[in-house]
Amino acid sequence: MAVKHRAREGASRDLLYQMLRIRRFEERCVELYSGEKIRGFMHLYIGEEAVAAGVCHALTPDDAVVSTYREHGHALVRDVPATAIMAEMYGKAAGCSRGRGGSMHIFDAPHRFYGGNAIVGGGLPLAVGLALADRFQGRNRVTACFFGDGAVAEGEFHECLNLAALWRLPVLFACENNLYAMGTALARSHAETDLALRAASYDVVAWPVDGMDVSAVADSASRAAESIRAGAGPHFLELRTYRFRAHSMYDPDRYRDKAEIEQWKKRDPINALITRMKAAQEIDDDGLSVLEKEISAEIDKAIAFAEQAPVEPVEDLARFVYSDTPRAGGTRPMGAVEAAP
Amino acid sequence: MSETGTTYREAMREAIREAMRRDERVFLMGEDVGAYGGCFAVSLGLLEEFGPERVRDTPLSESAFVGAGIGAALGGMRPIVEIMTVNFSLLALDQIINNAATLLHMSGGQFGVPLVIRMTTGAGRQLAAQHSHSLEGWYAHIPGLRILAPATLEDARGMLWPSLEDPDPVLIFEHGALYALSGVPRPGPVDITRAAIRRSGEDITLIAYGGTVGKTLSAADALAAENIEAEVIDLRVLRPLDDVTIMRSVGRTHRVLVVDEGWRSGSLSAEISSRIVEQAFYELDAPIGRLCAAEVPIPYARHLEEAAIPQVATIIAAAREVVTS
Repeated sequence: MAVKHRAREGASRDLLYQMLRIRRFEERCVELYSGEKIRGFMHLYIGEEAVAAGVCHALTPDDAVVSTYREHGHALVRDVPATAIMAEMYGKAAGCSRGRGGSMHIFDAPHRFYGGNAIVGGGLPLAVGLALADRFQGRNRVTACFFGDGAVAEGEFHECLNLAALWRLPVLFACENNLYAMGTALARSHAETDLALRAASYDVVAWPVDGMDVSAVADSASRAAESIRAGAGPHFLELRTYRFRAHSMYDPDRYRDKAEIEQWKKRDPINALITRMKAAQEIDDDGLSVLEKEISAEIDKAIAFAEQAPVEPVEDLARFVYSDTPRAGGTRPMGAVEAAP
Repeated sequence: MSETGTTYREAMREAIREAMRRDERVFLMGEDVGAYGGCFAVSLGLLEEFGPERVRDTPLSESAFVGAGIGAALGGMRPIVEIMTVNFSLLALDQIINNAATLLHMSGGQFGVPLVIRMTTGAGRQLAAQHSHSLEGWYAHIPGLRILAPATLEDARGMLWPSLEDPDPVLIFEHGALYALSGVPRPGPVDITRAAIRRSGEDITLIAYGGTVGKTLSAADALAAENIEAEVIDLRVLRPLDDVTIMRSVGRTHRVLVVDEGWRSGSLSAEISSRIVEQAFYELDAPIGRLCAAEVPIPYARHLEEAAIPQVATIIAAAREVVTS
């Protein structure tokens, strides 16, 4: 596919680095899951790395991200520390959500990472609201909202696209179309499978993107984000991608043809970029091994951190159900009948 | 609001107006809150005063606009989301329960949701089953939420501001039969943590909230004519429940009737009864009485609807039974 590369100089190496980080991180997660260090539901992003790396490439540190239960990749690329993510999956107090969320609920306020939502479609309204808050407060920021093709079947998707378009809110809807809502193929659950077309019906600027080509994703996301920042309202990218692994660690993957999986693996976004970069002499095997070593060290450090991190004391079980900060109401004569200033 | 008095509806409107004047982060959002003036005319005139950005009409998309309220709260605003009625809040349950109530905990304390959701509740207006639910007891089941039921003009006027100051989500249930309630409210601060004793007495404690408080007070007056002095507790806060006020009253009267417009099974009245048994069992001189809605979808016909929910006469009869048992 011919792609006009608008991404900045040196971007390819960056994109490769981020994709490799996600891939290697999750490969280690699989081992840790088998070793019962990580429990619960765990959904792997392997195969879809170009989407997180490419979309986040278009974001600034001030932008917000709302994500799904398949969010390790988004969190890593958004600079949520790998140590805090790993410790969270270990259920430790040093985890980014203090062990209360696990793999599906990575949250990080300093990086404006609003979760890890495990209800399909449940994050979309949050993204609309975050963008609305930016509008109210005069901040020119983008809220990127990741969700899958499954979410397009939810009512919340349709409500939110309409609302975001009606109010022209700065939301980048990043639909990761990996063709399966858990085990149900897109064509078996949607009468109209052109998701960009459906988004466009809400007067949202929308187009499909080859989600296995990280440069194409970065290019499209950059154009969309630029347009959003210029006030053109929400944009929708249908990122056509594929997960190489099962839906979750529990999934025996009976519903996909092995040949189909192998076919998609030939389009591995990491291999594709390496091939292209090698051809353009942007990287060689030595360069690659430097990247791999750096990543491996980061992951080792994250695992060592998670291993030694203390667990949250059981006495703190009920913390964060309500805020620790004292509630001001009731102590001041506000809302009193005579009180209008 | 004049010297001669105000209505519950006007008190609520004044509360919103005052909050929006005080804090520019506050805005009102919901179905027909703007041009229509609010389905129950609570927000009448606010669009003209504050404009369409801050008095924001939404499409009929409960999940999206409630969730957008949550997102806006995360983004630093102090939204007041109006859901037309509790019946429609079912379309936003995912956002209320899976997001508003869980985000603070699930994020390890990072993301609080300072959001106020107001909605009408209750039966008694011949609106039939789909417009007559009383589900506030259901919401009171959910950790992470604060549930309020203003039953007086003071609470209609005063509960909103402390709710907006609360760093966590607050749901305010306004009983539909109360909007026309009128009178001169007592001045003074209002808290959102305690139940209130609306009438003192030593023979029985009548526990009510929202739409049944007025009926229960009328019943207490009638009982007084029979030399039964009832203490009436207005719960005000359905979560977290004010156990202290309840148990102290039970310690004085030793007899209890809980009046609840919700269905009996798995209800708020069941929760309150259990707590009394757990915390004040030896204070009781008689089994706890409960008067709840009949376990039917609320019917349209006036005589059937009246028979389905607590009324002054049935409260009197139920209280008498507890006192004489």
